[in-house]
Amino acid sequence: MSTSTGSQTQAGRTRTPAIELRGIGKRFPGVIANHDVDITIESGTIHALVGENGAGKSTLMKILYGVQRPDDGTITVEGQQVTLSTPADAIARGIGMVFQHFMLADNLTVLENVTLGAEKLHGIGDAARARIVEISEQYGFGLDPDELVETLGVGERQRVEILKVLYRGARIIILDEPTAVLVPQEVDALFDNLRLLREEGNTLIFISHKLDEVRAVADRITVIRRGTTVASVAPAEVTSRQLAELMVGSELPSPSTGESTVTDRVLLSVRDLTVRDAPTVPGQTVGRAVLADVSFDIHAGEVLGIAGVEGNGQTELVEALVGMRRPEQGSVHLADQDVSEWSTRRRREAGIGYVPEDRHRHGLLLDSPLWENRILGHQTRPPSVRGGWLDVRGSRKDSTRIVEQYDVRTPGIDTTARALSGGNQQKFIVGREMSGDPVLLVAAHPTRGVDVGAQAQIWQHVKDARREGLAVLLVSADLDELIGLSDTIRVMLRGRLVGDFDPQTVTPQELGSAMTGAGDEETAR
Amino acid sequence: MSVVRRAVVVLAAPVLALVVAGLIVSGLLLATGDDVAGFWRVMTTVPSERSIVAIMNQSTILYVSGVAAAIGFRMNLFNIGVEGQYRLGGFAAGAFAGQAWLPGYLNTVVAILVAMLVGALWAGIAGVLRAYRGVSEVISTIMLNAIAGSLIGYLIKRWGESTGNATNTKAMPEGSRIGTVAVFPDSPVELYGLGLLAVVVGVGFWVLLNRTRFGFDLRATGASESAAVASGVDTRRMIVVTMLVSGGVAGLIGLPVMFSQSYNYGSSFQTGLGFTGIAVALLGRNHPVGIAFGALVFAYLSQQANLLNIQAGISPDIIEATQGIIVLAVVIAYVVVRRYRVRQEQAQVARQLDDAPPGAAPASAATPAGGAR
Ligand SMILES: Nc1ncnc2c1ncn2[C@@H]1O[C@H](COP(=O)(O)OP(=O)(O)OP(=O)(O)O)[C@@H](O)[C@H]1O
Ligand SMILES: [Mg+2]
Repeated sequence: MSTSTGSQTQAGRTRTPAIELRGIGKRFPGVIANHDVDITIESGTIHALVGENGAGKSTLMKILYGVQRPDDGTITVEGQQVTLSTPADAIARGIGMVFQHFMLADNLTVLENVTLGAEKLHGIGDAARARIVEISEQYGFGLDPDELVETLGVGERQRVEILKVLYRGARIIILDEPTAVLVPQEVDALFDNLRLLREEGNTLIFISHKLDEVRAVADRITVIRRGTTVASVAPAEVTSRQLAELMVGSELPSPSTGESTVTDRVLLSVRDLTVRDAPTVPGQTVGRAVLADVSFDIHAGEVLGIAGVEGNGQTELVEALVGMRRPEQGSVHLADQDVSEWSTRRRREAGIGYVPEDRHRHGLLLDSPLWENRILGHQTRPPSVRGGWLDVRGSRKDSTRIVEQYDVRTPGIDTTARALSGGNQQKFIVGREMSGDPVLLVAAHPTRGVDVGAQAQIWQHVKDARREGLAVLLVSADLDELIGLSDTIRVMLRGRLVGDFDPQTVTPQELGSAMTGAGDEETAR
Repeated sequence: MSVVRRAVVVLAAPVLALVVAGLIVSGLLLATGDDVAGFWRVMTTVPSERSIVAIMNQSTILYVSGVAAAIGFRMNLFNIGVEGQYRLGGFAAGAFAGQAWLPGYLNTVVAILVAMLVGALWAGIAGVLRAYRGVSEVISTIMLNAIAGSLIGYLIKRWGESTGNATNTKAMPEGSRIGTVAVFPDSPVELYGLGLLAVVVGVGFWVLLNRTRFGFDLRATGASESAAVASGVDTRRMIVVTMLVSGGVAGLIGLPVMFSQSYNYGSSFQTGLGFTGIAVALLGRNHPVGIAFGALVFAYLSQQANLLNIQAGISPDIIEATQGIIVLAVVIAYVVVRRYRVRQEQAQVARQLDDAPPGAAPASAATPAGGAR
């Protein structure tokens, strides 16, 4: 695709900028999330926002969308200074936002989801359907208004979210980490959509931690460091490395490549694991097999990477391993014990660490302080619990350790989990699950939403533990992570494990085609 | 924040709620053409010594009831059945104590355990239905309340003894009764000995919630069931156990009066305490100290209400309306005060930033701004 033409053509014109933020400041208890932020976003461009975890990117975008009120500064939209107190104000100004956590009702159709709360625009009938089809065709979304959202994949859901804001008349669209949940092919599709949107004169603002992507698609990149804007650059002027250094304010640690630590001791052995959905069609007694006859071994000191487009059974595999989901058949052995019938608690006690895919739903008590979150999942083990009693001091002390070792940016361990930025929440969870010397780490997207610097740190922690004999099941949408960390990579497609790749030799393209089932010689089996 | 400021902020919500509720009630009385001034005169008269003791007695009982309800609430279990649980528990304890199978205080202790056990089992039915059959505990406990009432009526007719036109369980022997504690030398009303149970229950509730693994699991399940499951909590088991604990505490509600005053279970047994306990728990935000405050307010209001009719010609029913209004006002006031507090804290961060030398500002961003909490 033509990346550079867009920026060149835009640069020549002098139009009123879509957005001008001047001197924006926002404070939370104990934290200055934004101060003296100055950004100019030209109309009809793709503008990227990058910065470390906790730098204040999401906060800034929430201010622009009227979710949060700034303490200082002015917002100018298309030449007019405005006050945005609610998202409705923002939408009235043509600003829409797609949050990282999708806000769609699963059991409703695309049409119903899109019209929900916007019935006044085109009703909920044929006029609305026509409009949806029109938008979908205009931008190549390929969405069927009558399809149920629960049957859609992640990429499609994201397009529904974008359609939702377009439907409401947005011309300026904010996307908070839209690519974190996508595999590379979907990212490319998303970027094609974004370019089409730009062609039509829309303005796009997006946040991402993946600097190569940012440079590929953005016309302009603004770097935020510690709450304020430190640079605004054109993608052609910088390398990803320079960008990262701008973000951090110093040089990045270079991740070291270690040699293999795989032992011949089988630590996790899974045989013929089959998981079925609850039947959705009335009258049917068995549901669809979301996981079919999955078998594999992981040795001590080995990282097994699972690649795949989201929704192909990875979630079910992970949940079956930690005991949250009952498999229909199959066995799970941990070391030489059959743990198939064990409860989640027992498995965790046996040394299974679990980094969940959805950190808000499964990983945190959002309104509890960090030190209480340290206890979660470790309710029966020191240092947070002794016997039936909580060990408050032990838990606080160990929380402080996690905060330091994993560089969690927080005012303190009494801060609630909700007040942390997404990436910092993730760092805390990884730190917690790596505590207490787990023997097996079941990690779904362990560095999702984490900035490049912290990502390298987490990888290093995993590598260190692996050297000590930790076995890891790594599910990730990030192919660099899979290739960089895994000893073996398997691809998951429609509930089955297909393909077996050596990370030393595999290319992202090969993985990509196996993930979509294009490399058919492997999927045939 | 200084200790004083903190205390002010903590007290702000309930006080604000009481003020608002007072205004609404005044408006209500004005609209119905009642004597508003008279209402306030009665409500603000300093209670007599006798009334003070009555208020203390009533608050201890309401406190236990509030805690019983709060245990379930902390896990999002809406145990409406405290009412049935404490009545059945009280009945069982009364019937048991009356039999005098055991000597002296041993009889008392075992009777207390019987009350807890029966309360727990009655609540446990709802717990099991919810955990293993998915029956909403709201529905099942309401039905269990009705069944408890009829069951007691039946059993008491069948085996109770009649005194005049009332039927009671047999009176318990002298040696098993619990004395009262005099607060004022001349007051004819004294504190129920078993009122002390409220202190035990309060401390126990706090310790259970904040210091035990069970309490952590309970709070975690209430805060996020999905996260609790992922952390290894067996939510079904938690539902059953929590209902058992809640019902066990509920079983205690009727005991102070029974062991220090009526000595049997009969028509004098106070009903409705379980429902009031729900309101008290809401008022106290399910917090051990908050519930004590709520219990005190409710007990004070009902005690003063006794004088309303005589001294101001107002129906005491207005007090029940007042109690309802207070609960609503509290819910709103907490939201208001929380917003205010967050704004205050932000302003404080801002001030610290302004005081700092200009160059220091960016460095302190996103790092601990010490002492802000
Ligand atoms: N509701 C809140 N209450 C208190 N503090 C908050 C709140 N929201 C954000 N913060 C704080 O503001 C700072 C900026 O957070 P923000 O979410 O904007 O970061 P971010 O740049 O989006 O980071 P990430 O890349 O991790 O998502 C963080 O230090 C965070 O702890
Ligand atoms: Mg963010």
